Amino acid sequence: MAAPFDLNDDSVVVIIGTGAGGGTLANELAQKGIKVVALEAGGRYLPDDYINDEWESFGQLAWTDPRTTSGDWRVAKDFSGLPAWIVKAVGGTTTHWAGASLRFQEHEWKAATNYGAVQGANLLDWPIDAAEMDPWYAKAEEKMGVTRTGNRPGLPGNNNYKVFEAGAKALGYEKVHTGRMAIQTRDDGDRIPCQQTGFCFQGCKWGAKWSTAYTEVPAGEATGNLEVRERAHVARILHNEAGKVTGVEYFDADGNLQMQKARIACLAGNSFESPRLLLNSASSMFPDGLANSSGQVGRNYMRHMTGSVYAVFDKPVRMWRGTTMAGIVQDEARHDPSRGFVGGYELETLSLGIPFMAAFLDPGAWGREFTTALDGYENMAGMWIVGEDMPQETNRVTLNHDVTDQHGLPVANVHFSDHANDKAMRAHAYKQGMAMYEAVGATRVFPTPPYPSTHNLGTNRMSANARDGVVNRWGQTHDISNLFISDGSQFTTGAAENPTLTIVALAIRQADHIASEMAKGNV
Amino acid sequence: MERTERPQGLTRRQLLSRATAAGTAFVVGSGFVAAPNAAWAYETSHLDARALATLVQMARDIYPHDRIPDENYVAAVKGYDTTDAAPAIIAGLAALDAAARGKGFSSYLDMGWERDRVDILRGMEESAFFQQIRGGLVTGLYNQKAVWPIFGYEGESFSQGGYIDRGFDDINWL
Repeated sequence: MAAPFDLNDDSVVVIIGTGAGGGTLANELAQKGIKVVALEAGGRYLPDDYINDEWESFGQLAWTDPRTTSGDWRVAKDFSGLPAWIVKAVGGTTTHWAGASLRFQEHEWKAATNYGAVQGANLLDWPIDAAEMDPWYAKAEEKMGVTRTGNRPGLPGNNNYKVFEAGAKALGYEKVHTGRMAIQTRDDGDRIPCQQTGFCFQGCKWGAKWSTAYTEVPAGEATGNLEVRERAHVARILHNEAGKVTGVEYFDADGNLQMQKARIACLAGNSFESPRLLLNSASSMFPDGLANSSGQVGRNYMRHMTGSVYAVFDKPVRMWRGTTMAGIVQDEARHDPSRGFVGGYELETLSLGIPFMAAFLDPGAWGREFTTALDGYENMAGMWIVGEDMPQETNRVTLNHDVTDQHGLPVANVHFSDHANDKAMRAHAYKQGMAMYEAVGATRVFPTPPYPSTHNLGTNRMSANARDGVVNRWGQTHDISNLFISDGSQFTTGAAENPTLTIVALAIRQADHIASEMAKGNV
Repeated sequence: MERTERPQGLTRRQLLSRATAAGTAFVVGSGFVAAPNAAWAYETSHLDARALATLVQMARDIYPHDRIPDENYVAAVKGYDTTDAAPAIIAGLAALDAAARGKGFSSYLDMGWERDRVDILRGMEESAFFQQIRGGLVTGLYNQKAVWPIFGYEGESFSQGGYIDRGFDDINWL
């Protein structure tokens, strides 16, 4: 079982974060016999602990440590202290995610080449491509049990999907199905099949949805090579005079500062905390923060072009019943500049309960226009829009020295403003989404603004050249060979797809590389 | 909020004999607000009963749901009936009544039409008082399990085995 490692054991790989990237990497390395200490800022919650109540669950799982916001995005006005709805717990945001597991499309790996120059966008090609990622995607899909891959069937369509599908077909869309979901559908795996309970965002109480909390993490611990330290909040990454990482300082559950020595450190704290940690680790040798010779740490923050469309019908839908996001239209995911923007978007079913609908349908709104919308809740259908947004150097995570967290560390300020391409794509998606519902008889539609971000990407981006980004094709920082980035912050561009599958595929691939480099004595 | 058959400390007869009508929805006595039929009552401590009645009317005007009874609005705002919160609320409500008088009414509660009251609220929309009340209602009102059935929302389903055998795909009108 989980072997404890000594703080002075400098042979261990220290992984910061246990979500899609960190949790997967920890297990993969442990399976290869590599000793791993995973430092997780949150506590451990398992399916029995999850709460099928939106606000109560939010209180249990969400990362609510202070953050600040700026820029012209509406989140900065309506949820100024909550730029993201992500999780602080063992398993990270894989407890909260919906399960949508889509591969990038081939052209999306080379956005700069395929989209051409886009004014104001800091586009760059990934140094890897679809062919190279294909086997790693296949491993990720197998690990996660993704529907419509391998020989796994799709999920059945719920009420919300049926309305969505009918609307999509009425518009002539062809790529319409119940999604590629990391949700168990049959009684033949390690996980209980989906019971159509809803509350996918609150942690799956059946454990049907893949989450590192109850798959990768315990599997890694079972090898005896992985120790997960819960409520271990990392403060700083340390280095020696040679510029190599030597250890990681963290506040333990009792608030005491500890230092774990390390052979390698892998950072997987999400696109806010990972750059924040690099910046908070500034030293006399690295005054601008670790791995920041390019000046790109924290820059190019992407959150996907998002939004929602809800619609009310004259008859009941009861959209909350069943899997939250098992429905997709992929026809608009193509790159087709004739629509007035580069890149594409997916439409995916989505439902919120009454408490969150009241908070997110039109934040700040009041009066009968708003309340009659909620009065139609039982007859409501809903979808989420997720599309590729443009990386911009000025959209960035910086340290806010005026605000500190519970440990006295400067918090992340998240600055974001939409690019014109993002706005054009959102307008197109709203129009299409509303048309879908109107085609099946919607009496009223609601083009709903983006929620606090769930897909946080790009703040330590991957680049072929050290001057353009923070990490190389393996997620290894250009500047420090034994420092890796293992989460979505390494994304060069965001593509139109929900990012988790790609984060997991990159983590599996990175584990192979780290093991190989360790064996060769290179790190 | 639990629906009480009898207001605490008062018999229905006592309640009705001591109460005066406030607005259209409920009765106000010394230190309590209650349903006109005395089906429920809330005894105030730091806000006087008329202030609470005004606050409840304001809450209903911000998030009007005609099928949600007053007691749920009372439950949503009674958290302001404390030593710390009451002074700012009393000041805010005084501004509300002053605005009503400016429109020729004796008080906010005296305004019969929602549109007249909403006009006043629109005029103070950016105030800290309005935003405090509105923001608090988002969870104070909509996170009450008692109101969920009014919207048709069923809440958790795990304890009943989810919807796999209970209508997750029962839509029949498409």
